[in-house]
Amino acid sequence: MPDDKDHRVMPGEACPVPLPDHKQIVLGHGSGGKLTQDLIEKIFLPNFWNDCLARLNDQAVLEVNGSRLAFTTDSFVVTPIFFPGGDIGRLAINGTVNDLAMSGATPRFIAAAFILEEGLASDDLVRVVESMRLAVAEAGVLLVTGDTKVVNRGKGDQVFITTTGLGVLERPGEISADRARPGDRILLSGTIGDHGMAIMSQREGLEFEGPIESDTAPLHTLVAAMLEASPEIHCLRDPTRGGVATTLNEIASRSGVGMEIDVRTIPVRESVRGACEILGLDPLYVANEGKLVAVVAPEAADAVLDQMRRHPLGRDACCIGEVVAAHPRRVLVKTEIGGSRVLDVMMGEQLPRIC
Amino acid sequence: MCLGIPGQVVSLEDAGGLRMGKVQFGGVVREVCLEYVPEVALGDYVIVHAGFAISPVDEEEAARTYQLLEEMGQLTELEETAADPGFGQGDRPSDKPS
Amino acid sequence: MKYLDEYRDARVAQELLEQIRGVQKRPWVLMEVCGGQTHSIVKFGIDDLLPGEIELVHGPGCPVCVTPLELIDKAHAIASRPEVIFCSFGDMLRVPGSKCDLLTVKSRGAEVRVVYSPLECLKIARKHPDRQVVFFAIGFETTAPANAMLVWRAKQEGLQNVSVLVSHVLVPPALEAILDSPWNRVQGFLGPGHVCAIMGYREYEEISARYKVPIVITGFEPVDLLEGVLMAVRQLEGGRAEVENQYARAVTRDGNAAARKVVSSVFEVCGRKWRGVGPIPQSGYRLRAEFEAFDAEHRFDVGAIDTQEPAVCISGEVLRGIKKPHDCPAFAKECTPAHPLGATMVSSEGACAAYYLYGRHLKPDNRNAAGKAGQAG
Repeated sequence: MPDDKDHRVMPGEACPVPLPDHKQIVLGHGSGGKLTQDLIEKIFLPNFWNDCLARLNDQAVLEVNGSRLAFTTDSFVVTPIFFPGGDIGRLAINGTVNDLAMSGATPRFIAAAFILEEGLASDDLVRVVESMRLAVAEAGVLLVTGDTKVVNRGKGDQVFITTTGLGVLERPGEISADRARPGDRILLSGTIGDHGMAIMSQREGLEFEGPIESDTAPLHTLVAAMLEASPEIHCLRDPTRGGVATTLNEIASRSGVGMEIDVRTIPVRESVRGACEILGLDPLYVANEGKLVAVVAPEAADAVLDQMRRHPLGRDACCIGEVVAAHPRRVLVKTEIGGSRVLDVMMGEQLPRIC
Repeated sequence: MCLGIPGQVVSLEDAGGLRMGKVQFGGVVREVCLEYVPEVALGDYVIVHAGFAISPVDEEEAARTYQLLEEMGQLTELEETAADPGFGQGDRPSDKPS
Repeated sequence: MKYLDEYRDARVAQELLEQIRGVQKRPWVLMEVCGGQTHSIVKFGIDDLLPGEIELVHGPGCPVCVTPLELIDKAHAIASRPEVIFCSFGDMLRVPGSKCDLLTVKSRGAEVRVVYSPLECLKIARKHPDRQVVFFAIGFETTAPANAMLVWRAKQEGLQNVSVLVSHVLVPPALEAILDSPWNRVQGFLGPGHVCAIMGYREYEEISARYKVPIVITGFEPVDLLEGVLMAVRQLEGGRAEVENQYARAVTRDGNAAARKVVSSVFEVCGRKWRGVGPIPQSGYRLRAEFEAFDAEHRFDVGAIDTQEPAVCISGEVLRGIKKPHDCPAFAKECTPAHPLGATMVSSEGACAAYYLYGRHLKPDNRNAAGKAGQAG
């Protein structure tokens, strides 16, 4: 891929702008887009290579003594730690429950590791943990082990939480990002951009008021309902950092297929849209914490969609496009006025703009 | 250049001699400097760029030209009865939590 | 959203395309001046929908792209100082200087903050009286009133810890530079809608008359852009060369006098260097003498910044509409948004980045490229 080459001089022409220097980690490396992918593919994957890791799903499906287990881990570093619609604790439980759910597993057990910054108000910690207790109960899981560390003031953003989850696959069949096939339908469970814009609304220098709340929610019962409708669900992903655009590209890339999406079918709350418009952001790249993208066989799509809409977390579920054999690994979007463009992976963080 | 979005003025205030206000954009409200649109009143629409209202939206002008465009659009709809398969303007989900 | 959704209506857009097809007889080359217009054209797939004989070339309307390398380097030097809180619009954070970009500077410990409005800097300055707040004041005439107000209020409030790093550029001199070029191919312009909301469009009447080119002041939504193209093509087919105002809901001939008053109190016109193009006289703003105390270049002695602007760079040709991004041999190969080689690939609304992001290099059937293959660059 051209991006791998470290070209500093273009032959025959001089250019005023040298390459950016990635000798240090920048925030973009954590944003879920291209930079994150690069980090995984160039540093982590080669060092830890095995068939399971190489599938690069959000969870690992393991065979242990005849049982199929799903295993996952995720870190939560969001700032501010309390935001409209949730907090870092709730996010940490739901995020890991969802990573398990995306394999079709029933989430069972969670481990939680806390890194606390010296000076964090004990009341805040209590608030976070109480929120986690509620999330654990709602998700029907058990938090069975954990760890706590404290770092010096200034070395950690109030609190970081890492949760590890274990789930059991009770159904046969395989749900994985590399299973999308031409003809499959692409389903989305609801409105996009709510979580990312809820966070953005609290950022100093960018604040705005409005009804935007994080959509953080545990999706495993929605997934269970979908699997009841049909086993022909090929891929499931929750579009967190990098948004729906990144998730679609990941699936297209792993499966070696193309996709065609109609932007007009994608539900966006009016308030999220307003916020995105003023900051110059595209909702397709904004993080979600209570939504999923499903790639399902065409004959199963209607039944699955029907089940989704009956579930409280899938009321606004819709079909947003389909998988095609043409233009493999590219996601094409039909625009509001009927034109066409390519939906690329996000570079680094999506930044507000005035131009 | 230059991102400017239309919004509706929902409140006005004087902030230390600077004319400020709150402008609503599709359900989201942001503080905006209204110093450059002294004629604008509550309920009026303005174009906002980098936190400043740079121009009022001339509603008459907008209505006039939009009517022309609408008529054109209706012509198109009459002509294209078969139309685009299945790609209508979907409902915008309301802002009530699900 | 009112006054936005209507201008993204598919039926209206299709009808405008129909009208354009009906009116257009000969091939024409149009330039949309603003980066925001380029962004919209590519995002909504407008250039794809237009008849192949109408070529849209992308103009220099990207203040991010044209900010000179030395100034970016100065911004990095200032931001790296421990006492500084460096504030900027998001657009500038990924623009590489000679060595790195502001995000890298941030990763090395500098305090760099994205703001939506320049007035946020006043709040930050009041909150942190022991720190120096520096704002990267870039933009065209559209942003000058906002940046000017920051400086004006800072002076009024007697804030000692606020300063601005100025890189303002003006559109009319850029258009003249394009039209003066012997290689110019542009026959008509879609004028900068929000710049004209501030400045009015009298200046463009003079340019239109002198160079005999149609200039249609155009908005930013797909319906605006299509209507602008229709109006421009009608003029060209009819042999006319005038200024017309498509964006009448936001633009008047005289513009915004209140905004211009503050701008001219704080700034004065000066010559500016445009990255990829070179120096253009009377093409920018600098702070007036009475506001010099707020000039970050004076307040911070960042030393002689030695940067080398090369003699040739295709960014300049793209900015002037002489070449298109895919004419560049490095486009989408060595030069991508992840590894930009030129100014126009850096900003998300620079012509090359807009093309790349919306995948023009990936489309199997790129009519514009094929159609123009034979034309002289």
